[in-house]
Amino acid sequence: MQGLTPRFFDGDGSARPAPIRAGARPAPRPPRRDPAPSRLAYRLHRMWLTPLYRRLLRVGLPAFIIAMVAGLWLSDPDRRASLTAQVDGVIEQVQTRDAFMVKAMRIDGASDTVDRAMRAMLPVTLPASSFDLDLDMLRARVLRLDAVKSVELRIMPDGVLSAVVVEREPAALWRHAQGIELIDETGHRVNSVESREARPDLPMLAGAGADAAAAEAMALIDAAGPILPRLRGLERMGERRWDVALDRGQRIMLPAEGALAALERALAMHRDTGLLDRDVAALDLRDPQRTAIRLGLDAQNAIRGARGEGLLGPDGQPLPEDTNTTGKKPAA
Amino acid sequence: MSDLYQVQRSMRAMRRAALQRGLIAVLDIGTSKIACLVLRFDGPGQFRATDGVGPMAGQSNFRVIGAATTRSRGVRFGEIETVSETERAIRTAVQAAQKLAGERVDHVIACFSGGRPSSYGLAGEIALPAGRVAEQDVARVLAACDAPDFGRSREVLHAQPVNFAVDHRSGLADPRDLMGNRMAVDMHVLTADGLSLGALAQCIRRCDLELAGVASSAYVSGLASLVEDEQELGAACIDLGGGATGVSVFIKKHMIFADAVRLGGNQITSDIAQGLRVSQAVAERLKTLNGGIEATGRDDREMIELGGETGDWETDRRTVSRADLIGIMRPRVEEILERVAEVLHAAGFEHMPSQQIVLTGGGAQIPGLDGLAARMLGPNVRIGRPLRIQGLAHQLTDPCFASAVGLALFAAHPQDEWWDFEMPADRYPARSLKRAYRWFRNNW
Repeated sequence: MQGLTPRFFDGDGSARPAPIRAGARPAPRPPRRDPAPSRLAYRLHRMWLTPLYRRLLRVGLPAFIIAMVAGLWLSDPDRRASLTAQVDGVIEQVQTRDAFMVKAMRIDGASDTVDRAMRAMLPVTLPASSFDLDLDMLRARVLRLDAVKSVELRIMPDGVLSAVVVEREPAALWRHAQGIELIDETGHRVNSVESREARPDLPMLAGAGADAAAAEAMALIDAAGPILPRLRGLERMGERRWDVALDRGQRIMLPAEGALAALERALAMHRDTGLLDRDVAALDLRDPQRTAIRLGLDAQNAIRGARGEGLLGPDGQPLPEDTNTTGKKPAA
Repeated sequence: MSDLYQVQRSMRAMRRAALQRGLIAVLDIGTSKIACLVLRFDGPGQFRATDGVGPMAGQSNFRVIGAATTRSRGVRFGEIETVSETERAIRTAVQAAQKLAGERVDHVIACFSGGRPSSYGLAGEIALPAGRVAEQDVARVLAACDAPDFGRSREVLHAQPVNFAVDHRSGLADPRDLMGNRMAVDMHVLTADGLSLGALAQCIRRCDLELAGVASSAYVSGLASLVEDEQELGAACIDLGGGATGVSVFIKKHMIFADAVRLGGNQITSDIAQGLRVSQAVAERLKTLNGGIEATGRDDREMIELGGETGDWETDRRTVSRADLIGIMRPRVEEILERVAEVLHAAGFEHMPSQQIVLTGGGAQIPGLDGLAARMLGPNVRIGRPLRIQGLAHQLTDPCFASAVGLALFAAHPQDEWWDFEMPADRYPARSLKRAYRWFRNNW
């Protein structure tokens, strides 16, 4: 163990120089730090690792502090008011930006009346922000106008509220207890008119419930080709079936079911025999098994005259005997 | 042994509760270091056979999620000497492991090497009136083992039935439902000093932890270091720790003997410190970095700076050759191995069919130890590393962590102990409701 004893002398016997020391002895090292946690730190660490405490501290405590600070701050009504005012101001500022403003309204496809009505319906005065315009609500209100069939509302990029309106086309006149109305082909009301002469080009419907069966009426009018010049109109009887009214007081009584076929049958009979040109008051087709014809007064009187019976008056009662009848004998 | 039965049963119940929760910590309290592993039990099924991992010995159903090691304090010869110091060291290790795991652990299984373990082989025999071994017959035969006087304040650490025999058939692992007239059992009982165990329990209780099991360090390092064949055919595991050297002998997958020699690496360190007149810290550094067993001619020329912090320049600049260091270390290592050989001789190790010797523990890392041990103990010597378990960091797979790893295996896959069987009804205290219940259950 030659290295264990320090050698103070070198081989030649001369003393080695003393080592240079900066100060005196080096300062004693501080005692080695004990890495052990204190019992409190250990317990706190264990508590921190417990999921309940951990969640409480990491979520519950910040949420509680935020809620408490917000609650304290908002408990003053002045602050609440100023906060809502600020929020409203910001919202207003954004909504009234130029990009969101609607300056004009353009209505296409509408008549003057509808145009005026729609402009009156607009809930805001232009220019207004597009956030204030509820297009769905406006559309529902416009559709409540009878004359409007459909409307397409759109805010165009240049700040124009565009409304493309399709108006209802009146297809017939409908006379009922309250007056005369124009209705379209589905029976929906379009407008009211004062008299029949306002639209002499349209056919006339009458009777309660005629509007509900307007589609059938349109089909009947389309089918009534040969007798169209004589057609006065259609009358709804008992909200159930149609009567075709011709001039000279003639009527074709159609059944509730299969009215179109029945009318075609009547037209075929007319084409074959000229039935409707004769003195026939009514052609009753209500029972498809049995066609009945009500004769006119002249025809009845001709028959009664031929049989030697008393003639009938215009009210259908027998005339007194002295009345001289000059009834023309109707064609057979 | 009734209250021991109750204590061990309560610890077993706690271990079951911890495994149910899926989190348990193992604590290896050694003389030189304290290691703590936090285990997460995910249950089986995280590996498939196609991954190349079979079910193994239950070590595939847990993983290490936190590991920490710290310098041990207040422990001598594997026994806790200063409870408050050791408690601080345990706190350090447990807190670091918990921090790494991110989970709070409440249950701890501990192992320690001291307490002068001594093992006893007990035998019991009963007649089987039913002609067949029933469930409670196993408990009866275990209770029939005549226990010697273990001595004052000795506690039973392990009591494992090693062998069952029914009539002339011996070597049975599970005798239930076998036909026969007599049944005999061999039981291995390991006792340790109750005061040391009490100090250990006290330390762990003061760290707010529940003690869910205690194991002998010699036993668990054998579990970790011996491979399955060695455990089956017979092997001795020598755990060269800091303060004590544990010896355990295994055969047929059972520990049949365990003892500890109260010598270890700390004695080598203090020899170096005394011989070279350096501090313990310097001696420890010299031992771990430059230590060895076999001196060669080259070691005479290899000079080692001793270093030191005495403040005396001359003293701190001394050098020794490595051969000098080896000359100090070797006699002490030889002494340890001689004592181990004595223990093995007392255990009758030379009569075992296979005499494999596995060296593990921190002392097994001394270079050249296997050569010396082969000359002194027997030809079949190897240095054992602990079994690989999932999630353990690479620097913790050294031989010095054999007992920590073994304790994890012990937690995952404990062997049957005496208290795992039902206590026979006549062992319950008289006037006990439980006794009446058992009597009814067994007789109707």
